[in-house]
Amino acid sequence: MAVRELTFRIMRYNPDEPEKKPHLQDFHLTEEPGMSLFVVLNKLREEQDPTLRFDFVCRASICGSCGMLVNGKPTLACKTLTKDLPPVTTLLPLPVFKLLGDLSVDTGVWFRDMSLRTESWIHTDETFVPDAPEVRMDNELALKIYEAERCIECGCCIGGCATANIKSDFIGAAGVNRVARFMVDPRDKRTEREYFDVVGTEDGVFGCIGLMACDDNCPVGVPLRDQLAYVRRKMAVAGWHYQKV
Amino acid sequence: MSHYDTFVTDVLVIGAGLAGERAAVEAATQGHNVILLSLVPPRRSHSSAAQGGMQAALGNSAMGKGDSPDVHFNDTVKGSDWGCDQDVARLFVETAPIAVREMAHWGVPWTRVTTADHVYDGKVIHEDPENAGLITARNFGGTAKWRTCYTSDGAGHTLLYTLDSMVLRLGITVHDRVEALSLIQDGERCYGAIVRCLRTGELRAYTAKTTVIATGGYGRLYGASTNAIINEGSGLGLALDTGVVPLGNMEAVQFHPTGLVPSWILITEGARGDGGYLLDKNLHRFMPDYEPAKKELASRDVVSRRIMQHIRAGYGVESPYGDHVWLDIRHLGAEHINTNLREIATICKNFRGIDPVTDLIPIRPTQHYGMGGVRTNIDGQAYGLKNLFALGEAACWDLHGFNRLGGNSLAETVVAGRIIGEKIAKFTAEASLDVKSSLVEEHLNKQADRVARLRENRDGTEYVFDLRHEMEQILSQHVGIFRSGESLQAAVDQLRDLHERTKHIGLRGGGRGGDPEMDAALRLPGMVRVAYCIAKGALARQESRGSHYREDFPKRDDANWLNRTLAYWPEGADEPELRYEPVKITESPPGDRGYGEASRGANSAKS
Ligand SMILES: Cc1cc2nc3c(=O)[nH]c(=O)nc-3n(C[C@H](O)[C@H](O)[C@H](O)COP(=O)(O)OP(=O)(O)OC[C@H]3O[C@@H](n4cnc5c(N)ncnc54)[C@H](O)[C@@H]3O)c2cc1C
Ligand code: FES
Repeated sequence: MAVRELTFRIMRYNPDEPEKKPHLQDFHLTEEPGMSLFVVLNKLREEQDPTLRFDFVCRASICGSCGMLVNGKPTLACKTLTKDLPPVTTLLPLPVFKLLGDLSVDTGVWFRDMSLRTESWIHTDETFVPDAPEVRMDNELALKIYEAERCIECGCCIGGCATANIKSDFIGAAGVNRVARFMVDPRDKRTEREYFDVVGTEDGVFGCIGLMACDDNCPVGVPLRDQLAYVRRKMAVAGWHYQKV
Repeated sequence: MSHYDTFVTDVLVIGAGLAGERAAVEAATQGHNVILLSLVPPRRSHSSAAQGGMQAALGNSAMGKGDSPDVHFNDTVKGSDWGCDQDVARLFVETAPIAVREMAHWGVPWTRVTTADHVYDGKVIHEDPENAGLITARNFGGTAKWRTCYTSDGAGHTLLYTLDSMVLRLGITVHDRVEALSLIQDGERCYGAIVRCLRTGELRAYTAKTTVIATGGYGRLYGASTNAIINEGSGLGLALDTGVVPLGNMEAVQFHPTGLVPSWILITEGARGDGGYLLDKNLHRFMPDYEPAKKELASRDVVSRRIMQHIRAGYGVESPYGDHVWLDIRHLGAEHINTNLREIATICKNFRGIDPVTDLIPIRPTQHYGMGGVRTNIDGQAYGLKNLFALGEAACWDLHGFNRLGGNSLAETVVAGRIIGEKIAKFTAEASLDVKSSLVEEHLNKQADRVARLRENRDGTEYVFDLRHEMEQILSQHVGIFRSGESLQAAVDQLRDLHERTKHIGLRGGGRGGDPEMDAALRLPGMVRVAYCIAKGALARQESRGSHYREDFPKRDDANWLNRTLAYWPEGADEPELRYEPVKITESPPGDRGYGEASRGANSAKS
């Protein structure tokens, strides 16, 4: 196979040099077997421009650090292999999130805020008794909770969401999924009403216009469409309707 | 000092992985103000990548029946090759079941016992219906019972998300995307840390009654490692650079048997625990030849050496990335692989383009874990400096001695977090915060001066990324699985030179704001010093124990080396100074591990 020369058209912006507007810069490099964008970006930084900013932590699609737009699609850079890319690839930072520089965005702050707004913790008055055996749980239920808990907070569902792009307080698919995770967990003693107060608003499920890009974009395959449907169904059964106040 | 942000708190925890967050939760629950610092958003800390599980002797599953803290204790001490602190091991095994259940109470969806029969290594296992719904366990290497509690393929992820939910619930302050650069200290006592904001590059000062190092591992010193790329040992550098706090047993470095070739992403031990085989180039299952008793599930140091031994004997599979062997889990079946081992299937597909349901997985032993770290006493207090604690992978509490068992590290983080967190809370209640502003200023100025010199290339123009790769090469080549005096001496000599050269780093890119080259340049000298401690400790230790294997001294030598290395870096010195302390033996005298080269039950080399 012929060795390919690849071009990466990368958005550059340094908040410390506000006089320079965000712009695209072309980088060139020779493709290697098994190359991922993790390898590409590090090579570019070390060999061509040490100021290039981007985020990786686990480089194994586990930690959710490296979401970016690869030729327009929100995805994890670490699991994107160059063999699946055309000769010219555009890399942009995820929209919606605060831009820290080049491809680095502040997903952490966004998710912390969402977690606080959805009160993403087990609400209970029961105290832990160190010597008692654990409360039993059916394994099927444990798996169901885990299915929602698998979200890695990468922000791909948010960056690719039409509503989130125009409405800054929208909790997005990640937020709805988060509420669903606690709704199925019997250890969380919140009432349905308490969940709906969080999620049954225009910043919650009623903000969603149903394009479902999130479901396609989730790099770890959390069933976001199903989670949204689950929450909607629960609300319908409870006769909950969104009222503007 | 006025142009720097300053923060004051009761407890400053550097590191928001499992260990740091668990300790922070304990201290905050007891009424202290706590600030957590992290290089990255807490949930992205390396703890989230642990997929296998954590050990606790619950004994709920059929294959865990009859388990107890005593059995767990024996496995841990044996695994450590009698290098661990037995008082710590005892405290740990007694607390682990409580810690696991506590995490369940807070929200971890642990995988539970079901009544469905399952097949393991050709045998059908019937679970006790009485135990249905209790927390189950899987098999991990070096354990007499199935003891590793897990959440499908995401134990670390669910533990960290759950603990972080407690951090949110308690309203603990978290500052992410910051890096601690040095401890504020006067040689007697620690008063906090000088920290750099990685968003803006600005320096800040944090002062605290109690400072805690929970910065995780240092695998990236080796370049090829299963660790996250932020695991660069900077927390160990913080302690070492005080001149008075020693690092314990830095030569004890664990290589995991199954790193995926060539990205070195970890294939979890769950693969072998659930029944996977290791095959050579002839597709022969070779582990039973060497280790008839434990086969693929001897302790990690042993399996790693056996693989390398087999490869050296000419049975490796050739590849452009060096010889490797195969991991075979095909016989476990698609359903098992795609639920309990889903993460493995995903990694194989995404990073290697293979499907473990039908394909063999190419693997080779890869740097994975550091048993060594900031030496503390059983309460987590660092040696040498008051008001400083350490825990988690960054610490040498000394639970693991010369080899950690799989599943004992996650367990250590939450167990130590619970126990040491309590000690921190007590200690802090009686501590005062009387720091002189001149001391804070002195430490701030020192870091500000480093930044300025780098930016202006005042000391030279060595390129930080070149130096860094040299360090990785030196460790990988000379301080790996098989070690010898000559090679280690070369490593020490080269690291001494390299350390000198780190004094002459200059920036190519200008270093404005949150610049990644500046990040690396500030970090590297400390990393090289930590690497130096590893190499020098390994050269000095003339015996083989656990993961430390000297070809020129292949036997464990309890008469001379039943001790712990303490590496200090005195102020102004150009190399570390090694001291030793005895290892206390309380319950279990050194003996035969039952696996490994020295064991009576094992076969010797085939070559
Ligand atoms: C791939 C992989 C899989 C593993 N699987 C298992 C398993 O199945 N079972 C098991 O028991 N163990 C496992 N381990 C080991 C285990 O995951 C780790 O030892 C453990 O999670 C370490 O936790 P920690 O809290 O000490 O550190 P970490 O989780 O690494 O957290 C360190 C924290 O310190 C912060 N930090 C570091 N330096 C600084 C600084 N200078 N300033 C500010 N903040 C800083 C980081 O941002 C981070 O928040 C695995 C390890 C690897 C590499
Ligand atoms: S770096 Fe962790 S998901 Fe990509």
